[in-house]
Amino acid sequence: MTAAATHSADIRPAFPGMKVTQARVIKSEWTKFRSLRSTKIILLVSIILTIGVSALICAVTASHWTRLEPGDRASFNAVASSLNGILISQLAVGVLGVLLISGEYATGMIRASLTAAPKRLPVLWGKIAVFAGVVGTASIVSTFVSFFLGQALLTGHNLRVGISSPGALRMVIAAGVYLLLVGIIGMALGCLLRNTAAGISSLVALFFVIPPILGLLPKSWSDKIGPYLPANAGEAFWGHPEGSHLSPWVGLAVLCAWTAVAVALAAVRLTRYDA
Amino acid sequence: MIEVHNLTKRYGDKVAVKDLTFTVRPGIVTGFLGPNGAGKSTTMRMIAGLDAPTEGTVSVNGGRYRDASAPMAQLGILLEARAVHTSRSAYNHLLALAQTNGIPSRRVAEVIDLVGLSEVAKKRVGGFSLGMGQRLGVASALLGDPQTVILDEPVNGLDPEGILWVRNLLKGLAAEGRTVFVSSHLMSEMALTAQRLIVVGRGQLIADTTVAEFVAQASGNVVVVRSPQSSELRELLVSPDVTVSAIAPGQIEVHGLSAEQIGDVAWENRLRIHELSTQQASLEEAFMELTRNAVEYHAHGVTPSHSADDRPVTSGDPR
Ligand SMILES: Nc1ncnc2c1ncn2[C@@H]1O[C@H](COP(=O)(O)OP(=O)(O)OP(=O)(O)O)[C@@H](O)[C@H]1O
Ligand SMILES: [Mg+2]
Repeated sequence: MTAAATHSADIRPAFPGMKVTQARVIKSEWTKFRSLRSTKIILLVSIILTIGVSALICAVTASHWTRLEPGDRASFNAVASSLNGILISQLAVGVLGVLLISGEYATGMIRASLTAAPKRLPVLWGKIAVFAGVVGTASIVSTFVSFFLGQALLTGHNLRVGISSPGALRMVIAAGVYLLLVGIIGMALGCLLRNTAAGISSLVALFFVIPPILGLLPKSWSDKIGPYLPANAGEAFWGHPEGSHLSPWVGLAVLCAWTAVAVALAAVRLTRYDA
Repeated sequence: MIEVHNLTKRYGDKVAVKDLTFTVRPGIVTGFLGPNGAGKSTTMRMIAGLDAPTEGTVSVNGGRYRDASAPMAQLGILLEARAVHTSRSAYNHLLALAQTNGIPSRRVAEVIDLVGLSEVAKKRVGGFSLGMGQRLGVASALLGDPQTVILDEPVNGLDPEGILWVRNLLKGLAAEGRTVFVSSHLMSEMALTAQRLIVVGRGQLIADTTVAEFVAQASGNVVVVRSPQSSELRELLVSPDVTVSAIAPGQIEVHGLSAEQIGDVAWENRLRIHELSTQQASLEEAFMELTRNAVEYHAHGVTPSHSADDRPVTSGDPR
């Protein structure tokens, strides 16, 4: 037996140029993404919810405009109304994020993924990159469609505003970015918990349960903590400025901080623990 | 080549692998045997870097698997539990794995053909039978044309034709100079496929030996004698080292003497012999004997007999 001849450095791969690179892992993750029907269906559902619910809200508002309370009319914001669908579609995007990783744990696929790329982190970055590319694009396109469709439905009572009106472009893009960040937080939860049910539950808790519960606390408390929850910081970013405690850019910074912490924890979980 | 050095793995209080040291060499098939829960799968997962050792080290072809630039050229592994998303097609599953390492897509078609899944390559893996799933696992292990191949119970769920196919595949891979490490519960299967054996029980090394040596030790030593004068013969044969038991009228079983020795005694004493045959103790029995003290999960009614003699059986390697 010759020890030198079997050292890893001396093994010539059977295929020229064989090597793991981040770009190749991204390509592989794209293959995985497009070859699952469930992911495509959930993505489609999120697009339909964003556009459909926003359109519904605009249509109902327009048809009931004359019967609305003066207060409601005063607080009405045509841009925000045409984006409100994301309050529901964020759940679909978040679930998609959870599933993309927890699904691999549920089926055992993760072990194949991590033996193919044993440094592990490239797999997480690859998944996030594909998600950002596909879901980010789909989200921003659907918030633009939402906006224009919503404004068309609001034409009747002269409520409609243009994309060049103050804050409109920022809000439309921000709504798409918000959806993407919710999805990435979902991915991090899937990676941390390695379980679909647990991942979705904690996502729902973070975005849908904790915010209203916080409202039950003394006002001095809820006012201090509330704005920094991801859902509220997100709404400061994409919503109408008057409704929020934080400025849009502070909102974005807070939301990015949540995302970064979640992803960092997920990276630690992925690399430091047995697969 | 796989080198395992003082490997220990604990899951909480549970010690799955304890101070295991062995080397798996290229060019031959090495069998990895042990009863349920012996730590075979855990050891294999540690070699592939999926589980981190609590103590000790593992190297694949002289380096850490994690550090390999083209991991799939170094090691291909078939894991015990299925490692494939059930909603994806076999083709897309293999394509995604191949892409990570820059393996050309024609190789995907090649391995699909090799394992005989061409007709179902575009079907959802969720609908595959146990044997088809196992073939897909073998395909993913071979995708990178790896120098070292690890297969955890590859014949599990395969039909006789599939078993024969795996047997020839393993031999072929070894003949090409690759390191082939394959786990099994079946000693008889390993006797047909492997040249070396690593036997573990309760996470510890029990034997590191050649198959030939194991078979030689396991066979012989039991001779069945049929004679109308069996009781006289019995009197002549018994001694502290030899036990004789009657198994039927006119038929005895002798432990501790060869057929030649028994025949000579009979001839010297003018006793008639109608049959004199050496029994091949079954390999499975020999294997169970070897691992009896290390069996973790006994069926009800069988009590484990604990023995202090846990020394590993080792022998020279076939260099
Ligand atoms: N992730 C884990 N967490 C806790 N215990 C584990 C884990 N994996 C394995 N074990 C335990 O470690 C021991 C060794 O298990 P392992 O699966 O390696 O055995 P094996 O030799 O492959 O058995 P089998 O022949 O049944 O496949 C078992 O007692 C098992 O319960
Ligand atoms: Mg096992």
